[in-house]
Amino acid sequence: MELTDLTISKTHQGLIKKEFSALELCKAYLEKIKEKDKEIFAFLTVIEDLALSQAKKVDDMISTGRKIPLLGGIPCAIKDIILVEDVKCTAGSRILENYIAPYDATVIKKLKGENCVILGKTNLDEFAMGSSTENSAFFPTKNPHDLKRVPGGTSGGSAAAVAADECVYALGSDTGGSIRQPSSFCGVVGLKPTYGAVSRYGLIAHASSFDQIGPMTKTIEDCEIVFDAIKGRDEMDSTSEEPKLKVKSEKLKVNELKIGVPKEYFTMPTGRQVKGIDPGVEKVIKQAIKKYEEMGAKVEEISLPHTEYALPCYYIIVPSEASANLARYDGIKYGHSETRNPKSEIRNLLDVYLKSREEGFGNEVRRRIMLGTYALSAGYYEAYYLRAQKVRTLVKEDFDKAFRNVDVIFTPASPTPAFKLGEKIDDPLTMYLSDIFTISVNLAGLPALSLPCGKVDNLPIGLQIIGKPFEESKILEIGKIFEKNL
Amino acid sequence: MINKQEVQHIAKLARLGLTPKEVAQFQKELSKILDYIEKLKEVDISKVEPTSHSIRVENIMRIDESKKEKIEIGKKLVEMAPEKKGGFLKTKSIIKLPFTEAQMKKRASPSSPN
Repeated sequence: MELTDLTISKTHQGLIKKEFSALELCKAYLEKIKEKDKEIFAFLTVIEDLALSQAKKVDDMISTGRKIPLLGGIPCAIKDIILVEDVKCTAGSRILENYIAPYDATVIKKLKGENCVILGKTNLDEFAMGSSTENSAFFPTKNPHDLKRVPGGTSGGSAAAVAADECVYALGSDTGGSIRQPSSFCGVVGLKPTYGAVSRYGLIAHASSFDQIGPMTKTIEDCEIVFDAIKGRDEMDSTSEEPKLKVKSEKLKVNELKIGVPKEYFTMPTGRQVKGIDPGVEKVIKQAIKKYEEMGAKVEEISLPHTEYALPCYYIIVPSEASANLARYDGIKYGHSETRNPKSEIRNLLDVYLKSREEGFGNEVRRRIMLGTYALSAGYYEAYYLRAQKVRTLVKEDFDKAFRNVDVIFTPASPTPAFKLGEKIDDPLTMYLSDIFTISVNLAGLPALSLPCGKVDNLPIGLQIIGKPFEESKILEIGKIFEKNL
Repeated sequence: MINKQEVQHIAKLARLGLTPKEVAQFQKELSKILDYIEKLKEVDISKVEPTSHSIRVENIMRIDESKKEKIEIGKKLVEMAPEKKGGFLKTKSIIKLPFTEAQMKKRASPSSPN
């Protein structure tokens, strides 16, 4: 058993029983990163000095007999779109290549309050736009299960780092599946909390009515520990809320559980289906559902009739919000500016904007800014943006209706296992389709978990467990039932 | 289908520089995405209200008072600007002035008759 194999609570036990020091632990992970990241490329920045000093502080606490929090001394990795004070934060973009975060995100403040050890910042698709981490302006990350394949995206660096034991846990962010799809591809546990359950303060904005920060971990217990540490109302984010009380595991009885399985997500004989589920994935997911049935849960076929409209709806609203959010990168306040390029031919203010943004943003980001600007522009607003917002209502109502009869909804987290590097990068629309099973959840703001539930050709597959708003603890308990009976 | 002029118009609205080759590429890609999005027209939305936030949000009030921030924070933020001068961010001029910078200085100096 290596130090880097341990879960949060086992690592915590080791620390308080003095089987190893926080410094030894931190060094073991830094060593692991040095050894493994040469081929995985999960990290954009490794912050050795900060990590070691944080670890030393924890050792001082332990040696003076003070109690350390559960996350104290536990090495973690942070998606490079979440601000850590005085550490570079690039959002995977050239436009923020040299940007040093001036403050801590609320989630980081909370983790630092628990004396966490931050090893570094992980790779992502530029501004969290993509599905494979290939849109990073710096380099693609590789899937630890098969180096020829993508880790998924956009939190691909975080997923790969957890899967390769380069950290105990990581934080990701999810706008349309960016925690759950890479978790599925890399075989780790990933939770997208309810919209508002975790503060977005210090998360670089992509689409503000969708974005959520969440944990990516090796087990559900770890996921719960990290979620409990980062959740809650924050006065710096007016959309954040205090989540409901916890469900005690003894209260949750599997034979009283009603699971809804939406027919639109599978190749069933009836109903209109969303395209492209891999037969291997379907088999693994159905086996997982059957396991719950064998343990006494009631499984019911349900319908989410507007599922096929979720993706086009998402690709109007999200780029619209992104085009507004990304207007702040103007080459004047911070970030890349062509005014500093001696070769550029800038004559006026407009040139500063045009050139800085041309040079600073990659193709996918520019494509989405264009799409959003188009949808919001005069003459198109009603036909695109307003229509999409109305379809969003219908997608949300599908879930509301379904949840009147069932406790949770089970679907695959992704229609396929991890695909090959380069396979979809030249066709934006094909890339968009790889998020087809996760996007509806963000439109409706619901919490959802991706849980490793099997493999197809040695590639991990994630079961998506969707809950009612603020019922994170319930979906985590339901996931534990599967984990225990594996 | 979106034409080249529209792509150039949108790019200018979005303040994005595009090379001629990119205009053609974006025209092709955006058209394909917009065609796919046409699917939304199949949905009957005549009696549906729009959703802007998935979870019900209300306006949150707080006392309007200035927050005491450390002076270093301000310095740190200005320090990040690509061009700055005397604690301010510097930009290209927004309004075209009728006189040069030297003339401005002269007008502002105490020795000037005004």
